[in-house]
Amino acid sequence: MISESFEYHVPKTIEEALGMIGEFGDESKVLAGGHSLLPMMKLRLASPKHLIDIGRIGALRYIRESEGQLELGALTTHFEIESSSLLKSKCPLLPETAREIGDVQVCNRGTLGGSLVHADPAADWPAAMLAVEAEMVARGPHGERKIRARDFFVDLMATALQSDELLTAIRVSPLPARTGDAYLKLHHPASGFAVVGVAVRLTLAESGSIGEARVGVTGVGAKPYRAEETERLLAGKSPTAKRLEEAAAHAADGVDANSDLYASGDYRKHLAAVYARRAIQRAAERAAGR
Amino acid sequence: MATKYLGERIKRKEDPRLIQGRGHYVDDLKLGGMAHLAFARSPHAHARIKSIDAGAAVATPGVLAVYTGEELKGQVGFVPCAAGLEGLKIPDHPCLATGTVHYLGEPVAAVVATSRYGARDAAEKIEVDYEPLPAVLDMEKALVKGSPRVHEHLTDNTAFVAKLEAGDWNAVRQDASLKVIKQRLINQRLAPASMETRGVVASYSPGEDTLTVWSSTQIPHILKTQLAIMSKLDEARCRVITPEVGGGFGSKLNVYGEEGVACFASRKLGRPVKWIEGRRENMLATIHGRDQINDLEIYAKPDGKVAGFRCRILASMGAYHQLLTPAIPTLTALMILGAYDIKNVFVETVGVFTNEMSTDAYRGAGRPEATYIIERAMDLVAFELKMDPVEVRRKNFPSSGKDISMATGVVYDTANYEKPLKKALRLAGYNRLRKEQERLRKKGKYLGIGVSTYVEICAMGPSSRMPGGGWESGTVRVEPTGKVTVLSGTSPHGQGEETTFAQIVAEQLGVSFDDVTVYHGDTSVVPMGIGTFGSRTTAVGGSAIYYASERIKKKMAKFAAARLGVKPGELLFRDGKIETSDGAKSVPFGSIVVDAYSAKTLPAGVEPGLFEQFVFEPPNYTYPFGAHIAVVEIDEETGEVRLRDYFAVDDCGRILNPLLVDGQIHGGLAQGIGQALWEEHVYDESGQLLTGTFMDYALPKAGCFPWFHTANTETRTPVNPLGVKGVGEAGTIGSTPAVVNAVVDALRPLGVRHVDMPLKPEKIWKLMKGNAGDGGR
Ligand SMILES: Cc1cc2nc3c(=O)[nH]c(=O)nc-3n(C[C@H](O)[C@H](O)[C@H](O)COP(=O)(O)OP(=O)(O)OC[C@H]3O[C@@H](n4cnc5c(N)ncnc54)[C@H](O)[C@@H]3O)c2cc1C
Repeated sequence: MISESFEYHVPKTIEEALGMIGEFGDESKVLAGGHSLLPMMKLRLASPKHLIDIGRIGALRYIRESEGQLELGALTTHFEIESSSLLKSKCPLLPETAREIGDVQVCNRGTLGGSLVHADPAADWPAAMLAVEAEMVARGPHGERKIRARDFFVDLMATALQSDELLTAIRVSPLPARTGDAYLKLHHPASGFAVVGVAVRLTLAESGSIGEARVGVTGVGAKPYRAEETERLLAGKSPTAKRLEEAAAHAADGVDANSDLYASGDYRKHLAAVYARRAIQRAAERAAGR
Repeated sequence: MATKYLGERIKRKEDPRLIQGRGHYVDDLKLGGMAHLAFARSPHAHARIKSIDAGAAVATPGVLAVYTGEELKGQVGFVPCAAGLEGLKIPDHPCLATGTVHYLGEPVAAVVATSRYGARDAAEKIEVDYEPLPAVLDMEKALVKGSPRVHEHLTDNTAFVAKLEAGDWNAVRQDASLKVIKQRLINQRLAPASMETRGVVASYSPGEDTLTVWSSTQIPHILKTQLAIMSKLDEARCRVITPEVGGGFGSKLNVYGEEGVACFASRKLGRPVKWIEGRRENMLATIHGRDQINDLEIYAKPDGKVAGFRCRILASMGAYHQLLTPAIPTLTALMILGAYDIKNVFVETVGVFTNEMSTDAYRGAGRPEATYIIERAMDLVAFELKMDPVEVRRKNFPSSGKDISMATGVVYDTANYEKPLKKALRLAGYNRLRKEQERLRKKGKYLGIGVSTYVEICAMGPSSRMPGGGWESGTVRVEPTGKVTVLSGTSPHGQGEETTFAQIVAEQLGVSFDDVTVYHGDTSVVPMGIGTFGSRTTAVGGSAIYYASERIKKKMAKFAAARLGVKPGELLFRDGKIETSDGAKSVPFGSIVVDAYSAKTLPAGVEPGLFEQFVFEPPNYTYPFGAHIAVVEIDEETGEVRLRDYFAVDDCGRILNPLLVDGQIHGGLAQGIGQALWEEHVYDESGQLLTGTFMDYALPKAGCFPWFHTANTETRTPVNPLGVKGVGEAGTIGSTPAVVNAVVDALRPLGVRHVDMPLKPEKIWKLMKGNAGDGGR
């Protein structure tokens, strides 16, 4: 478990980092918390010649509220999210998701940005990002652009981020009134990643019926997705157990489900339906309590 | 024996350094001029080596040498197998493959370089041209006539066939009242996965012509002998030192090819050579555990009494035999009747070669398989006869508690199987649980209660039955200052015998526990030894130390008697004094030590000095037992199993230190439950390992378990003077079937009678959906 040799660079600013990425191009990799990249390097599945450690760029590490939006720097660690009182009150889905990730070491080192760019099909964050309709802020040689979560995840370990771009921030909207959210997952017994993970943000109308529900699913397919048929079946309906079950049954419609030693595609689809129903149920209860 | 230290919950002497990170492991060793070794390994399960091009590796700066199997031929001996079974085929096992590779990860070439990273990089540059051959992975297919062979020069893939038969099978077959229950059980392959991987530093001094080897091993003395033979060196010029070992679980009860190569390289280059195994290498090329297919036939009377038991064991050897590979499944046969008085038994064990890593001893080593077989069998009888599993067990317990002659040929030392069972039932609230189960079943919920009343064989063992002898040595030396040094031929690596041995000696000599220091694991310090495995260290090694301190006492008593004018037999050793039992006459321990070393006046026939040695030969194995109860809940929608509670009542004979017994049980349970619920090493049909990292191999973590409720009963053994049986493997052995029995019990309303391990949720979900049939595979 020894990686190939590489040059190690430590930029101090975003500009410096972008300069290095431009200079070394395909031969380089950005290093954040290292908890996805370093294992790949040790298995020699990745062998960058240049490692650009952005870990010391303080400007990428913050959680703040501005213009009614919550903004997280790409380097914010899972633990910082889990323990943020701002997020606990304004967007509890994020701390709830962080709690389900890895172990203490992983949470202390791993970053939100790193997880999103790595785009592991079983990672937890993508489900939550889809449910809260997060916006990814990217910086490249030609400036800044924003990418919606649903456009960000392109395929298995592939995102809309260009190779010369850095992910700098993630923006999410705070929880509106009468809204609840929830994240539930089945942990893989070895990796701890999501065999299936479902994140829900659900708003109740004044009438008590469901206004809008957004359901993000990870672990099932090659990339995380919104369970659109489920969302459609929920909209405008009252959240009875039967309705939720009927809607959740479509949580993996049309998905070409992953199959591995631990869970077949069929089982994953079944799990998606069960976990979706439970997460929707929990989110609806929370929404009713607000 | 008085009890000042024995039986006390004394904290471990070894813990402060281990907890504070001050222990020294092989990889901590840095010697001047030390070079590093790395291996190029086979990417195929079975292939002919057409050519090896090491040019690029040799040309890499910092590379000192590249070796292939051809260069080692005649220079380094084969990897040894010590098992002696009738008709056993032992294929030559070179340290580096020659001609053909037989399993994924087999070492093909070795690189020595000035840096560890450099060695690894160069090893990647070695180009081997392979011609893939058909790989043999399925044991049953391997035995079919005309199957591809793992070793082309052998007639077939059968390594050995062993039969064990006793009783009157004609009578059994003719008894129409007997219910015949058949079942196949799969005992999956596991990775021992010790926290510290293997590691070795070999240092040959050309001037002195001596070889010193630091190895993370459980058997320093055996390793020294074997490395001397492999390296064709004078054994008296070899020394093995075992620093701290971060877990072995049997996987380091072995002699590995990599160690042979390290010794060879150091000798060739005249400088120290270090090899530290990577985690991926550890998963691929350190021995695996278990891997058996068991076909059972149970002949049960209507009242639950089992009249006859048959089993065919297919045991995967892997491609080669490591030190004890073929011996492991023979322990399964020996213990297949468990705690039950079954008069008629037939076991056929077939060792099968496959293109996989060798199996060998992994915590329990053959006995977990036996216990799994017989404890599942008891539940199958309960299922078929609609009885309570506890009742079936009680029906089959032997009536005697001593010297129980089993049909398998072994004689259990002491037994009281009812006692821990009763305690466990009470602890778990068994009757209450059954009522809760009934209530929940009515609501469509799954609660399962699983019982296992195991017995195992340990304290290995009588030399007559052990390949290289089963004795152990102990030395006690009272230093001139009165401090006490203890040397043991065992090689504890986490079990805590630095503490237990000190307790034994302090108790014996009446000195302070803090004044006793225990050494082990250096063949130049400890005269001779066998090692630590088979739950033998305290029972066998501790007994040697006990008798060695008896010898010291005898000698000191002679000195003291001369001083006090009493008979030596009247004297007691306590509180730093040697005194008459009424305390009227006494002399300080220290002044007798001075007498012995100054040797001014020696009692008749007594030599100066206080260092005594004893080699203990156990007259029998010991047979610990216990009762475990697992309580599980199953998610009725997803099949996920939640272990709600676990109760373990273990009887390991006399308890010298309850803290250590608890520790062994806790760790053992984690491994046994791990097999039941999560762990499996899986090769695909081409022989690629699908579980080669911890991303895929589900090693349990502390958070996977509820708090374990542990308790003990104490049934002493007469086999050794301490009355101890052994507890290193009991937790693992007892727990696997308890958990599987609990899950199957939960699914009983569905008519499910068996599920193979690991109990992954999908299997259970399929059973609940009703479309998986028996076995849920
Ligand atoms: C033992 C273990 C258990 C884990 N369990 C879980 C789990 O249960 N759930 C889960 O979701 N994850 C889990 N992870 C993954 C963990 O969350 C990782 O930390 C995360 O996926 C990657 O974040 P990082 O900061 O470590 O990224 P790195 O490993 O440093 O980088 C990952 C990738 O993203 C790129 N990158 C990183 N930051 C940026 C950026 N700002 N802009 C552009 N590119 C960037 C890198 O170049 C690299 O390709 C686990 C990891 C380990 C080791």
